[in-house]
Amino acid sequence: MSLFNSSKSRTLLSVLCSLLMGLLAIPALAGGEVNIYSARKEDLIKPLLDDFSKQTGITINLVTGKEAELLQRLQSEGINTPADLLLTSDAGRLAAARQAGVLQTIHSAALEKHIPSAYRDPEGYWYGLSVRARPIIYAKDRVKPGELSTYENLAASDWKGKICVRSSDSIYNQSLVAGMIAHHGEAKTEAWAKGLVANFARSPKGGDRDQIKAVAAGECDLTLANTYYLGGMVTSSDQTEQAAAAQVAVFWPNATTTGVHVNISGAGVTAHAKNRDNAVKLLEFLTDDKAQRWYADVNNEYPVNPAIPPSATLKAWGEFKADTLNVAKLGELNAEAVKLMDRAGWK
Amino acid sequence: MEVDPSAPPCPYSQSFSQSKRDIEPLSLSRRAKSTWIGARGFDRWTLLVVGVALLLALPVFAVFFTALQPAGDVWRHLVDTVLADYVLNSVALMLGVGLGTLIIGAPTAWLTAICEFPGRRWFEWALLLPMAIPAYIIAYTYTGLLDFAGPVQTLLRETFGWSRQDYAFPEIRSLPGAVLMLALVLYPYVYLLARAAFLEQSAAVLEVSRSLGAGPWRRFLAVTLPLARPALIAGMSLVQMEALADYGAVQYFGISTFTTGIFRVWFGMNDPTAAAQLAALLLLFVFTLLVLERLSRRQARFHHTGQRTQRPLRLQLTGRWQWLATGTCLLPLLFGFLIPAGQLAVWTWRTAPKVIDDRFLELTSHSLLLASGSALLILLLALLLGYGQRLQPRPMVQLAVRGAGLGYAAPGAVLAIGVMLPFAAIDRTVDGWAREWLGLSTGLLLSGTLFAMLFAYCTQFLPVALHSVEAGLTRIRPSMDDAARTLGAKPRQVLWRVHIPILRSSLLTALLMVFVDVLKELPATLILRPFNFNTLAVRAYELASDERLADSASFALAIVLAGIGPVILLSRAISRARSGYDPLS
Repeated sequence: MSLFNSSKSRTLLSVLCSLLMGLLAIPALAGGEVNIYSARKEDLIKPLLDDFSKQTGITINLVTGKEAELLQRLQSEGINTPADLLLTSDAGRLAAARQAGVLQTIHSAALEKHIPSAYRDPEGYWYGLSVRARPIIYAKDRVKPGELSTYENLAASDWKGKICVRSSDSIYNQSLVAGMIAHHGEAKTEAWAKGLVANFARSPKGGDRDQIKAVAAGECDLTLANTYYLGGMVTSSDQTEQAAAAQVAVFWPNATTTGVHVNISGAGVTAHAKNRDNAVKLLEFLTDDKAQRWYADVNNEYPVNPAIPPSATLKAWGEFKADTLNVAKLGELNAEAVKLMDRAGWK
Repeated sequence: MEVDPSAPPCPYSQSFSQSKRDIEPLSLSRRAKSTWIGARGFDRWTLLVVGVALLLALPVFAVFFTALQPAGDVWRHLVDTVLADYVLNSVALMLGVGLGTLIIGAPTAWLTAICEFPGRRWFEWALLLPMAIPAYIIAYTYTGLLDFAGPVQTLLRETFGWSRQDYAFPEIRSLPGAVLMLALVLYPYVYLLARAAFLEQSAAVLEVSRSLGAGPWRRFLAVTLPLARPALIAGMSLVQMEALADYGAVQYFGISTFTTGIFRVWFGMNDPTAAAQLAALLLLFVFTLLVLERLSRRQARFHHTGQRTQRPLRLQLTGRWQWLATGTCLLPLLFGFLIPAGQLAVWTWRTAPKVIDDRFLELTSHSLLLASGSALLILLLALLLGYGQRLQPRPMVQLAVRGAGLGYAAPGAVLAIGVMLPFAAIDRTVDGWAREWLGLSTGLLLSGTLFAMLFAYCTQFLPVALHSVEAGLTRIRPSMDDAARTLGAKPRQVLWRVHIPILRSSLLTALLMVFVDVLKELPATLILRPFNFNTLAVRAYELASDERLADSASFALAIVLAGIGPVILLSRAISRARSGYDPLS
């Protein structure tokens, strides 16, 4: 029987062992390093990090993952964590990280200058890096912009059977509802959520792009979606996605009331960072001119830095008034929002 | 000396046990005695098996430990709102996928193992291919094809001038849709184990039934199928555990199951304790099912009298039967592999130049090394536990082995946290000790290393290998062991020289299943991997979760392609092992 003592298996094992050893040996670095736990996908951060490395000679080590899991990893590693920076794509998780005690305060004149106060932690535990807006996206041939006004109005019975929204498992919907609770209180928001659910054209399924496609195909008339998904469809290599994107338009709700619901992607320096100064340098780099333009150009997100004009695609969708609620609030109210959506029957 | 069973126990325990031994059947007492005399070997095996099993159950213990802490008011809320949905959907998913994989897997396994029909040699390995497609990927591709906005329905609307209200089209993103998707990619587990069982079935049994005048149907239903029961059950329980633990596909289809509930409570309500309690409930449920299954076949024995007798006579199918057989095998292949892989290939064709860069080779080699290394490691562990359990089938050992096999039913992310917590505790303890006594920090020794990942794979995929090894071992008569032992072989030698050669096809099956599973594995890799370390599955997931399905196709297809080579090689080896051709003998 040759399964275990064949030379092939042995070679395989020895290769595996050497791989293990190679990874354990961390190379010594001249320019210093920054270690990042990132909930932003590699594609949406790596090019910027490479730029930073080239500019400063600082090496960057990256692990990507899901927010809650990275936070758990950070917590369980405690004082020995190798991570210097936690990057997330949602403010709620940064607030949770602060609460868990794994972040430290950072004070930097550059950061405070670059980032409006609604998009950073009041005490400097974390800073926003890009703004993500969640407007109404509607079918141009079936809905007149004049019929639309606010998120609140979507619960009215005129929209019965005309709305597609993704599942309440999505952090974007959880944040939206958390924002509603912050503005209107729990009881009113629950009544609104029930009205909205009653207007669903179908039981929630799929992602934001799927909702936009369903609107284009006529399964429903409008949806709530983050703009960068629509932007991704406009520039997609898939022609059906491009065609679908051409059939819909963006409406900025709540222009005269609370403003459009926005969330941020952001980052905070960890409490036990070994490379604190380099991490701050990186934060400043990410909120500076070049990086801010990149967010807009590559992923159709809005710059957090008001001095930077948005990209052409973003300008074409028009200007909007953003909700000025501090995004930290969204994190505080997230659990309430999830329970409320359970009660409202939002799957 | 007679003992009345209704009499109160004798206060002198020694004399009682003495009297009890006296009335035991001769063979039993002799057996007990002989193992007792060989106490060293016996004790060592028990210790080893229980020790390894406990170590592998560490993550499960960590989950239960976390679950013991008091949780907030989340339970009240869950019971009032969504818990019933979670339970019903999970049970329906589990039963549906189990049944679906049985219906697809058992007949195709029998046809390719026993019969001869056009394309049989080809189907033998091709039927395994759907296994290489991750469940969430097949869910995405079929949604793209069958959705209201997809090409199939659009074509229908354009051809007949219909609009939305004019026709009814089954919704793929539904519970039946999820059952279908999971059954299509999971049936190979049943197929593989069933086929190995059919192949290892002694030709003599079939010849006897044939000589007694049983027709092919009768032989299949009354002899072959019941004899393959351990393998079928093993395959189905694997599949059902995987269905219970699935997150990606059901979440995309908008179905609330127990597993999506765990993540909702954990991420959305930020309550890790309640999430751990939900996970612990899920594991308890699976554990109960596994124990019940074991009890239900306690009396039955499935050994075979002969092993690898003469080259089997394949049942030559003719006329419409042979085409029916070809069709039966073609359908799962078409829907489980050709269509989704075709869609992936179309997407890859369009997007590959954009997404494939010089890191592609590195990703592929990471995936292949991890998969092959952990497959070998896990096979060794499974052999150790399976054989240890055979040597010493005491309740304690059996319980330990069942417990070690629980990980498979846990959602990967929960298990990964279960690995992370104890490892971090060990790191903290060692570090604290070193700081105090040596004045230096040892930092993180286990957390964030490849070792942690390998350990997670072991706990997660051990049951896959274990089921295959166990199903194979049950088919070997204990008298084989006895004969070898009588001839002076030690237990270790019996395993090496008797069992492993007989079990070759079961072992290869186990190796293959674990290899492909690790290749596809995502959640544990995502949470536990070291800095700057990515795999094909991680890359495919990152793009897919950003809703860039077409861009993720290249990496998903690479997983599929990486899985095909071993599938073909091992399938050939399994056939060879069966056909009596042994290159080493």
